[in-house]
Amino acid sequence: MSEQERILKFQIFRYNPQRKGDKPRMVTYEVTEAPGMTIFIALNDIREKQDPSLQFDFVCRAGICGSCAMVVNGRPDLACRTLTSKFEDGEIKLLPLPGFELIGDLSVNTGNFFRAMSERIESWIHDQYADEVNYDQLEERMDPDVADEIYELERCVECGACISACATKRMRDDFLGAAGFMRLARFAIDPRDKRSDEEFYDVIGDDDGVFGCMTLLGCEDYCPKDLPHQTQIAYLRKKMAMVR
Amino acid sequence: MKVIYTDSLIIGGGLAGLRVAIASMQRGFDTIVLSLIPAKRSHSAAAQGGMQASLGACIKGDGDDEDVHFADTVKGSDWGCDQDVARMFVNTAPKAIRQLSAWGVPWSRVRKGDRDVIINGKKVTITEKDEAHGLISARDFGGTKKWRTCFTSDGTGHTMLYAMDNKAIQLGIPVHERKEAIALIHEDGVCYGAVVRDLVTGELIAYIAKATTIATGGYGRLYSVSTNAVISEGIGTAIALETGVATLGNMEAVQFHPTAIVPVGILTTEGCRGDGGLLLDKDGYRFMPDYEPEKKELASRDVVSRRMTEHMRKGKGVESRYGDHLWLDITLLGREHIEKNLREVKEICEYFLGIDPVKEYIPVRPTQHYSMGGIRTNATGESPTLKGLFSAGEAACWDMHGFNRLGGNSVAETVVAGMIVGEYVADYCAGNTISIGTSTIEHFVRTEEKKISDLLTRTYGENPFELKKEMQEIMMDKVGIFRNGPDLEQAVEELKVLNQRARKIALRNRISSSNPELVEAIRVPKMIKMAQCVAYGALLRTESRGAHAREDYPERNDRDWLKRTLTTWKDEQADLPEVTYEDLDVMKMEMPPGSRGYGVDNTVHHPDTAKREQEVEEIKANNPGADRYEMQELLNPINIPEKFKGKNERIGRGFK
Ligand SMILES: Cc1cc2nc3c(=O)[nH]c(=O)nc-3n(C[C@H](O)[C@H](O)[C@H](O)COP(=O)(O)OP(=O)(O)OC[C@H]3O[C@@H](n4cnc5c(N)ncnc54)[C@H](O)[C@@H]3O)c2cc1C
Ligand code: SF4
Ligand code: FES
Repeated sequence: MSEQERILKFQIFRYNPQRKGDKPRMVTYEVTEAPGMTIFIALNDIREKQDPSLQFDFVCRAGICGSCAMVVNGRPDLACRTLTSKFEDGEIKLLPLPGFELIGDLSVNTGNFFRAMSERIESWIHDQYADEVNYDQLEERMDPDVADEIYELERCVECGACISACATKRMRDDFLGAAGFMRLARFAIDPRDKRSDEEFYDVIGDDDGVFGCMTLLGCEDYCPKDLPHQTQIAYLRKKMAMVR
Repeated sequence: MKVIYTDSLIIGGGLAGLRVAIASMQRGFDTIVLSLIPAKRSHSAAAQGGMQASLGACIKGDGDDEDVHFADTVKGSDWGCDQDVARMFVNTAPKAIRQLSAWGVPWSRVRKGDRDVIINGKKVTITEKDEAHGLISARDFGGTKKWRTCFTSDGTGHTMLYAMDNKAIQLGIPVHERKEAIALIHEDGVCYGAVVRDLVTGELIAYIAKATTIATGGYGRLYSVSTNAVISEGIGTAIALETGVATLGNMEAVQFHPTAIVPVGILTTEGCRGDGGLLLDKDGYRFMPDYEPEKKELASRDVVSRRMTEHMRKGKGVESRYGDHLWLDITLLGREHIEKNLREVKEICEYFLGIDPVKEYIPVRPTQHYSMGGIRTNATGESPTLKGLFSAGEAACWDMHGFNRLGGNSVAETVVAGMIVGEYVADYCAGNTISIGTSTIEHFVRTEEKKISDLLTRTYGENPFELKKEMQEIMMDKVGIFRNGPDLEQAVEELKVLNQRARKIALRNRISSSNPELVEAIRVPKMIKMAQCVAYGALLRTESRGAHAREDYPERNDRDWLKRTLTTWKDEQADLPEVTYEDLDVMKMEMPPGSRGYGVDNTVHHPDTAKREQEVEEIKANNPGADRYEMQELLNPINIPEKFKGKNERIGRGFK
């Protein structure tokens, strides 16, 4: 951490669709850097001291909840855990995540997108007997390694970075996207989910699904949770090809 | 005026809110959840450490059961909790975790055979039983007799919340996102829903319901440094307060967690110490055994936080530009363990501190963490004074935590309360109709409209961001870990002034649709009232109990203070709430007040304590054949929905 104070230059995308006549534009703000400053801290500083209308979304501010993905100097990332000291020239350009409905400025509607995704792939355990389980009795056993593997694939925080970085998604509106494949793979390896390969095929066995992927792997490059997208997409393809 | 009708309205889409929603939906009632944000982003997702449930499958949990969990919880609460509720909770927690398992949570499982763990700074080999293989495992947490905290690697809250929300989606429960409840609608002591502001369009909508449940989480952001999410501002609790009818319970009971990183206050989980991490001072010296020879780093949270503060006051803190701190050392756990079970901690250290906790110490300091206080409910989750208003989770004072909650008992509470309260919410929906006129609804909507239009037209006045900052500083400096009369008096006076100033907020950005400054302006006056409830309650309570530690009244005083604080705000123009008290009945306690076993026991005893102890002994002596279930029935009969009454099975002992 340098003791010297720097002036950071933030170029921020501004547009409020709720406001009649408002037009998209870039606005520059200057902020005095503080030690350990993150984009979260800087944006709040701008909102409190310079422009109280600035919109953005933070919840956990600890890199856990996935609320704050935005495009930082060309890269989709979690803004709350991005330290300003990382940018040598002190210039930081912020754009909202593309591919999602814009709420205003840096805030986008990821909620409706991910709810629709969950509904589409039926992101829950399919077991007709699940609601008849007697919870007084010992739970069903699970191999410790399988539990760990499921968790590895469940670490997605629905931040949307992979969706915004996906070239296929840009061309094909209904393309499921990497977060969807990851979620599906998570259920596919879960012994509690009784769906057959054929049933999974119905969800992702077409060009809007896993066969549409052009393997450009923006998803893997930008996923802040380092999820193994490449491996999982390959796994699902192999599995689906067998059904075909 | 837009009006939306439903049976069961749930304000809050975290673990507690979603679980109540699932219960009322499964019972066939029309259900709507409101949330500031997408449900999966709720603060519940941030719980890394785990959920307590006495499954007793791992070897270090051997011998655990509801009774042991009950004793830990009551002790942890410093006898401030409602023992009926604590009983309902411990008996249901094993069912809750097993249900979540069926719904998809990939709980970490027991692996048979030997494994190395760190206990008391030393490597120890423990051997898991063959017959436990594949059952849900558990880790050690502070203030517990057994290893009882079940977990999924380092992402317990995340996996629980995802499973819960997925279940809600499966059931087709609508979650109305980016909606903020800003006032409750009520008439003649009955609650009928809420006035809700759309955070995008700014539109006000009346949600009218038979039953309204507030599950909006804690109020940590009344403090300037908190581990809580930035949205944990207590607005749900505040709108209950503003009815002037509903009461809040034990608002002064605020927990500080020992290990949040300095300066930003992001939490490193108790799992760090549970798994063997140590606290060190500026000399690299492990100081906790000097203060708490038995439980050391794993004493109850309130105790560890106070000991750390004491030690820093002795000049043993590490100096930094952000004030003194101590070190959390997890290097002894080794890379493999950290990267698997404490990965979130590692990420936080890397991103926010630029250090590698595998090799370096983590700078930590006690930081605001949990709100034991909240909307006072009875054991069914309903407000005793405002019918049709329910509350669950951190927002509620259901009161299983009393004056200090144990780590891992909170996410457990959200789910268990969700299950139990959810049934009572459904019962209420079955037994009641909506009998409120449109003119009353209109009155409530117009009142909020008027407040907003005043804010938007005032040209000169107070800055809401400034007011909030001042409030947070007051709370941090004067209503913190250690409290005393003069500081608290000052805090109360200063908050009165802030409360006045908050009536004159003016905005720079005067538009009614999506506008962060307006959001702040609506919230800040509510937050200041909440802060005053905490500060004033703390001033009046002249004893030390759990997390409420008075330097000028260091003893726990059961004789005068074995009671719950109840706060109401009846007069909108007042600067102070009305405070009354509700006695805890020693003669009904399954576990009469005793010592927690930390430091010197200087308790001033309640006159009934000895009487009740003797009575308990007699009941035990007179019923030599009673098993533990029958004994509990004799000592603490509880009412619980029929479907949760069954005994819980454990390996090695069946349903015994
Ligand atoms: C960093 C951290 C780690 C933790 N780790 C653990 C742990 O390991 N084990 C444990 O037991 N506990 C832990 N806790 C505590 C536990 O996570 C919380 O107490 C619990 O998750 C709270 O859940 P909840 O459902 O009550 O509220 P939350 O999850 O906070 O949800 C609140 C909901 O209310 C909504 N809301 C709020 N206000 C309004 C409004 N006015 N209108 C509409 N909606 C609103 C929000 O959008 C959100 O959906 C931890 C807490 C923190 C801060
Ligand atoms: S897969 Fe990764 S990038 Fe995509 S939404 Fe999940 S966490 Fe974000
Ligand atoms: S605010 Fe939660 S991940 Fe950034």
